[in-house]
Amino acid sequence: MTDRLEIRNLHVRVEEKEILKGLDLIVQKGEIHAIMGPNGSGKSTLAFALMGHPKYEVTEGEVLFKGENILELEPDERARLGLFLAFQYPYEIDGVPLSRFLLQAIKARRANGEKLPFGEFRKRLLENLKKLRLDESFATRYLNEGFSGGEKKRAEILQMLMLRPEIAILDETDSGLDIDSVKIVAEAVNALRGPDFGCLAITHYQRILNFLKPDYVHVMVDGRIVKSGGPELAHELEAQGYEPLLRELGIELEEGAQRPSKEEEKEGVA
Amino acid sequence: MAEVTHLGEKRYKGAAVVEEAKEQAVFERDYSKYDFKDPTDRYEYIGKPGLSREVIEEIAHIKGEPKWMLEFRLRAYEIFLKKPMPTWGADLSAINFDEIIYYARPTDREARSWDDVPDYIKRTFEKLGIPEAERKFLAGVGAQYDSEVVYHNVRKDLEKKGVVFLSMDEGLKEFPDLVKEYFGTVIPPEDNKFAALNSAVWSGGSFVYVPKGVHVEIPLQAYFRINAASMGQFERTLIIADEGSKVHYIEGCTAPVYSRESLHSAVVELIAKPGAHLRYTTLQNWSNDVYNLVTKRAVAYEEATVEWVDANIGSRVTMKYPSVYMIGRGAKADILSVAFAGKGQHQDTGAKLIHAAPYTTGTVTSKSVSKDGGRTSYRGWLKVAQGAHHAKATVLCDALLLDEHSRSDTYPYVEIDEDHVTVGHEATVGKVGEDQIFYLQSRGIPEAEALAMIVLGFMEPFTKTLPMEYAVEFNRLIQLEMEGSVG
Ligand SMILES: Nc1ncnc2c1ncn2[C@@H]1O[C@H](COP(=O)(O)OP(=O)(O)OP(=O)(O)O)[C@@H](O)[C@H]1O
Ligand SMILES: [Mg+2]
Repeated sequence: MTDRLEIRNLHVRVEEKEILKGLDLIVQKGEIHAIMGPNGSGKSTLAFALMGHPKYEVTEGEVLFKGENILELEPDERARLGLFLAFQYPYEIDGVPLSRFLLQAIKARRANGEKLPFGEFRKRLLENLKKLRLDESFATRYLNEGFSGGEKKRAEILQMLMLRPEIAILDETDSGLDIDSVKIVAEAVNALRGPDFGCLAITHYQRILNFLKPDYVHVMVDGRIVKSGGPELAHELEAQGYEPLLRELGIELEEGAQRPSKEEEKEGVA
Repeated sequence: MAEVTHLGEKRYKGAAVVEEAKEQAVFERDYSKYDFKDPTDRYEYIGKPGLSREVIEEIAHIKGEPKWMLEFRLRAYEIFLKKPMPTWGADLSAINFDEIIYYARPTDREARSWDDVPDYIKRTFEKLGIPEAERKFLAGVGAQYDSEVVYHNVRKDLEKKGVVFLSMDEGLKEFPDLVKEYFGTVIPPEDNKFAALNSAVWSGGSFVYVPKGVHVEIPLQAYFRINAASMGQFERTLIIADEGSKVHYIEGCTAPVYSRESLHSAVVELIAKPGAHLRYTTLQNWSNDVYNLVTKRAVAYEEATVEWVDANIGSRVTMKYPSVYMIGRGAKADILSVAFAGKGQHQDTGAKLIHAAPYTTGTVTSKSVSKDGGRTSYRGWLKVAQGAHHAKATVLCDALLLDEHSRSDTYPYVEIDEDHVTVGHEATVGKVGEDQIFYLQSRGIPEAEALAMIVLGFMEPFTKTLPMEYAVEFNRLIQLEMEGSVG
């Protein structure tokens, strides 16, 4: 009960427009969930709302994490509670070296006065950089500045490994990664797998799911979860696209919300 | 220690591991706010407020100066009286010249060992970390307390090579001819009202001479402390880097908080002879009742490089525009200026590039942050004289506003009298993005800290030119300024 992320009837508005329209989902620690869904269906909106982005206004519903209503918490408080978001489009922070940033983030989540031996931090950082095939020089490079698309995604996972969250939301971390990198990232997530770690992976592609082997797959359309199932659901979607499912459920998509374009599909496997 | 050979170069690799570990150690240290004062009853001499010929004669008498210097002072005093207060720039109306103390002598001698510095003054500099820094990573240190330099020392090996690092007063005594030849040649008293004032009542400051071809690889530092209330500090610095030499001079300044205004009005003259490399770094952190009106100018001969690295965090008002006169073919100037203006502060800073010879290169990078109604101004003058063909000048000004009440202005003046030149000017004003703050917060960093990180990142082009110990101290100061800035 206390070890889960529980989303109940979540309504979220962005720029005066309702995007999430009553979403329910429970992610238990120890589980891996995948969310798939057409472009514009609100997947990133869900991720931002869970993390507490000020632009994403929750108008109804609740989100409990470890029994606490986290909608009342600042984003940093949610993070310190154990929530993590790997951004679909990570921001660049000029002049802030990655390692300094990580050190401060780790310090922020330590109990008062508890010290982190610098040597240990450094060792973990180097190990994790290696795991993600990022050169040591990334430690002193400015946060995401000049990183390639794939490097940014791997740097998000690096942050996840360093911060060791209890529930991680991965927003299309696999998009833009080359084939080997998808595997590397999935292995990094799998390394955290266990009773103390849960994951909500937003993706458009089967490839990463082959490695992640999710316990549940959800389909999100127009701000709601319209279907949930096991790994086989992802295979179905990969083979047939969203249309048969939408027809079956009697859902018509608004303009602007469609299945991934050919371009993006290519990006996912390039 | 990080040795960065060129300003603006990214410090990606190098001895990153060692550096970070050291950075960590200093980061954990607790810095006090510099706000502590010593009583003045043990001073050897403390002047009465107000300025007159008699005050100037008294200063010269106490110091036992040669006649030419007294004449120079008195001539400057006449110029000071005649010049009007500047009406451009910051508001100086609160300065009352009659209430300022122009000369205070805390001790009768300048020590070469900290053991010989009076205890209470020594304790002050220990709190500021100066003796420790000297032991660890400096080539020489000078410490000025109100009007006089109370401590001065330079490493023996450098002394043997002929490097001179003395207080200006000692310099005048030991090298009268050299001082007479250069003193006031780069910045004559006629230059502006405050340069005239300084010329009339100057005391302390540094005199540095680096002989031909000598490279001083680690910095020389001067530390300026104002202690008494209503004090005017008027140090005078002259640095001569002879042909092919290299030196990095750093100054730091602090003062306790009083409710009355103090005045700091320095004159700094730099001479970079052919092929010399001279960097002058300032970390100004005066308390917020100090008027900081400083004239800094350099002359760069053939193939010489002058770098002004200037950070202004403290003071109520600062007016300072470091300049470089590139008078020799191929001379280079690199001016990097950062300013932070919080509540009630006005940082009116800038830079002047004067290209007076062919193939000269000048770069100005200005970064300013305003917060809680603080105001920053960039005031620049770029001149390319006739005949300075193939001159190249780049000016880049970035301002960051942290709220709606704060303000930033740019006043660039450009004067180009030559055709074959390359000139670039770019100015931006930005706000901190909500998304960036959210990104940092999503990793557990509280909003105020996230904002401080972004501000520090914005100032990183400056910070990375500093030796690591100073960079960490600077970051810490900015963090203190940023504390409590988010409601
Ligand atoms: N900050 C914002 N400002 C304006 N509109 C927004 C904003 N964020 C999201 N939206 C809108 O909300 C809808 C859902 O967007 P969201 O990014 O959540 O979709 P998504 O499911 O993540 O799509 P994709 O698969 O393309 O990443 C879109 O119509 C989008 O334009
Ligand atoms: Mg998205």
